[in-house]
Amino acid sequence: MSKIIEQERYTCAIGAMQSVVAIPKALPILHSGPGCGMMVRGFFERSTGYAGGSTVPCTNFSEQEVVFGGIDKLRLNIENSYKVLESALQVVFTGCTAGIVGDDVESLAKEFRAIGKPLVTVETTGFKCNNFVAHSEVVNAIIDQYVQLFIKDNSIRSEKNAVNLFASIPYQDQFWKENLRTYKYLLENLGFKVHILFGPESGGVTEWQQIPRANFNILVSPWYGQEIVEHLEAVYGQPFFKFPHLPIGANETEKFLHGVLDFAKHLEIAIDYDNAAGFIKHESAAYYEEVDNLATFLLEFRYGLPNHVHIIHDAGYVVGLSKFLLHETGIVPKEQFIVDNTPEKFQQAIKEDLKTTSNKKNISLTFEPDAGKVQDIIRGISHQGRGLIIGSGWDKQLAKEKKYDFLSASVPSPYRLVLTTGYVGFHGGLRIMEDIFNSVLSTYK
Amino acid sequence: MKKIDLNIPEVAVREIRLGSITEFHGNAETLVKNSCRGKMCDKGRSFSQCLDCSISKATCMVALIQDAAVICHGPVGCASCLHEFAFTYRVNAPLRNVANPTQRRIFSTNISEKDTVYGGTEKLAAAIRQVHNRTQANVIFVLSTCATGIIGDDIESVVNDAEAELSIPIVAIFCEGFRSTVWTSGFDAGYHGIARKLIKPAQEHKKDMINVINFWGSDIFSEWLAVLGAKPNYITPYSTVEILSHSSEAIATIQACQTLGSYLGAALEQEFGVTEIKTPPPYGIAQTDRWFRELGKLLGKEKEVEQLIAEKKAVYLPKIEQLRTKLRGKTAYVTAGAAHGHALLSVLRELGLRVIGAAIFHHDPIYDSNTEVSDGLAQSIRDYGDVPNYDVCDKQEFELVNMLNHLHPDVLLARHGGMTLWGAKFGIPSLLIGDEHFSMGYEGIVKYGERLIEVMENDEFVKNLAQHSINPYTKWWLKQSPYKFLKGGEGCQR
Repeated sequence: MSKIIEQERYTCAIGAMQSVVAIPKALPILHSGPGCGMMVRGFFERSTGYAGGSTVPCTNFSEQEVVFGGIDKLRLNIENSYKVLESALQVVFTGCTAGIVGDDVESLAKEFRAIGKPLVTVETTGFKCNNFVAHSEVVNAIIDQYVQLFIKDNSIRSEKNAVNLFASIPYQDQFWKENLRTYKYLLENLGFKVHILFGPESGGVTEWQQIPRANFNILVSPWYGQEIVEHLEAVYGQPFFKFPHLPIGANETEKFLHGVLDFAKHLEIAIDYDNAAGFIKHESAAYYEEVDNLATFLLEFRYGLPNHVHIIHDAGYVVGLSKFLLHETGIVPKEQFIVDNTPEKFQQAIKEDLKTTSNKKNISLTFEPDAGKVQDIIRGISHQGRGLIIGSGWDKQLAKEKKYDFLSASVPSPYRLVLTTGYVGFHGGLRIMEDIFNSVLSTYK
Repeated sequence: MKKIDLNIPEVAVREIRLGSITEFHGNAETLVKNSCRGKMCDKGRSFSQCLDCSISKATCMVALIQDAAVICHGPVGCASCLHEFAFTYRVNAPLRNVANPTQRRIFSTNISEKDTVYGGTEKLAAAIRQVHNRTQANVIFVLSTCATGIIGDDIESVVNDAEAELSIPIVAIFCEGFRSTVWTSGFDAGYHGIARKLIKPAQEHKKDMINVINFWGSDIFSEWLAVLGAKPNYITPYSTVEILSHSSEAIATIQACQTLGSYLGAALEQEFGVTEIKTPPPYGIAQTDRWFRELGKLLGKEKEVEQLIAEKKAVYLPKIEQLRTKLRGKTAYVTAGAAHGHALLSVLRELGLRVIGAAIFHHDPIYDSNTEVSDGLAQSIRDYGDVPNYDVCDKQEFELVNMLNHLHPDVLLARHGGMTLWGAKFGIPSLLIGDEHFSMGYEGIVKYGERLIEVMENDEFVKNLAQHSINPYTKWWLKQSPYKFLKGGEGCQR
């Protein structure tokens, strides 16, 4: 049974409308209550994109639609959406109201498809799952209902060095834009062609149409998104390489990139492996030049730096940040908290992954979507030295109470703006150091 | 039907209680005339965009009570924007002298598909106990959502049982989004719960205590009321269960915005004997005069009020006149909630601007006070004349975009988030002022005028943005009439 949640760090299924907002010129259309879009907009903040936020068409269920159904209203709204808004892809999301009254949205979509309008529909009733899960359902719905229409021009696995990459969930990972850009940059320099699919570096719907061409898929995630790569394996026979946490800093980024290269080798993909290895070496050297420079500060700064950290985040960040902070900044990960409602079947593997962080330390890990409860646990913990909390805006208060340093790095994020900051890769690691230690230095007035 | 009945759990939504509408286009005078005849109704739009939700309106009036906890009974998504109020509470706390703003306690029962089949009441009962243990709050508010409303969870029974068990007030607030197209019905729902379960009958009314129903704006009333020998009792944000229970002891209730306070102001008068100042809030010179005088009369301080008005006018009228010379003839467009929108129409025209249109989110033909005296739009028309292109439009961005494209005003004034963007995208200087008290009184007109000039003079940013802005609206749409998708046409008759 699902439990109560205080201070939610994710939203419901319909929040995955943001995955459509993140596709250039795509349009989400809501068949839902009047407040769903506003709730999503309020949760993510500054997340309008091309046609999200107040622009999103919505049937705004009233008593009338609850009693008599809302299909006719939806039909009109879709028809007029084509007239009013310029869009390249339209995806209909159903909320709780439409779900409970049982509107047959799929049949309506067929009417539009019959006249050459490839409408995608996805059931996102809020009580069904959260947006981490629904993100995969949205992507799979687009693959089945849209991408498949273009299969003739996009032969399966026809581009040997092309990959589809699934990693950050747009907006749920507030660093998604730059993170995706970083993956693309790194993988292109290894010699791959990368379908990044979301954000400004994506080729929009044309790139989506080319998903079948990719030779294999890359998943950077402990669990969310896994259904996408499994689905693609089933429909297009594309194998996938999974890297189970965010590659932050040099160690994990190198591991990630070499992992991709090994996978490609097995598939006998003809890229210049020596050149690729050279690129990794070059990036790593540049990274360590900075760390070398910084080390004196990390070792000698005598007015106080955090020596331990609690992270309250999704599984990919908790594991990725723990590994990075311990090995590359010297901040010791103490009790860690995963608040993304990780399905039980993935939890063991995530624990194992975190365990490999150090053979000397046992890092305590708790899966608990009730972040209010997590805060209460942290209130009861104390360690020697100066602490750091990495979490969402909610945790600013907790850090204040505990007199800890605080880095806002997850949604909801009322105290921090993120434009093009990213936390993955070599640069992402350096950026986290800047952010943590700048916030420490800013406490000295 | 009685508009205010604290014996029943649920208050009727505004469409039913007040005859409120969300669609109209024409001029303001026609709207007011039709309102008086009680002949307004909505016919619907054949294209619509996301509205807003009663839940967030109810929440902002209950979650900011210092010692409250809130449970949103529904899927996790229905509570997802509520963190914004935790931010508001922390940031604005100094304005109300709350030195250590505590964390807001906001929970979701996080119902699953199974709960929609078997019902979520057991889960809710367990949630209330847990929240009680975890928060030690002095009141727990339970908000209903579309999902738990449609499946028919009997929330009222659950909260009554829990109240008996836990011995603190536990208040059900019925604010399902689908019940009302007028999201401000959520304010009424929140206030209904507060009036039913928190406000206690008064033994006596204190001459020096005046309730102020507002959001979280700056404290301007302390200074004003001090002259009249009274103090403001701000309700309900930053209040406490204890303070609210005594709000019935005030001599009067004043409001920053009748769209917000209509229901609570009337409930306090009709059920607890606290006189409501019914004239609209003090925006614009003439209305500020009236407002102070009504207050003075009530408190028996007519002389003091006349002196206050004279002193303030001596200071501020020359400044207002100066501002008028700079602003006269400039064109403005307003988009805002109803009562505050009406207030802006007055302030802008007081400053000499020409309001060439407005998109006001809804229209209440009458407030719960049930008197035409409270009609701020009618008053604004009497004081400053008619307003053309007056639309009642519930944040339908496509209509606003079309309208701005046609009218191209010199400045856009907005009150709700997301709306200024479109002014800026067209290169129109755009201003949103969050503090609802900012433009009140004579001094408010000056502050507002100065701010307007600043915004209009410093238009480099919007001009640059306009050159590079992204516009998802089709060229076809921008050429259409903004009312193309309005089914009923102008001021539809029942």
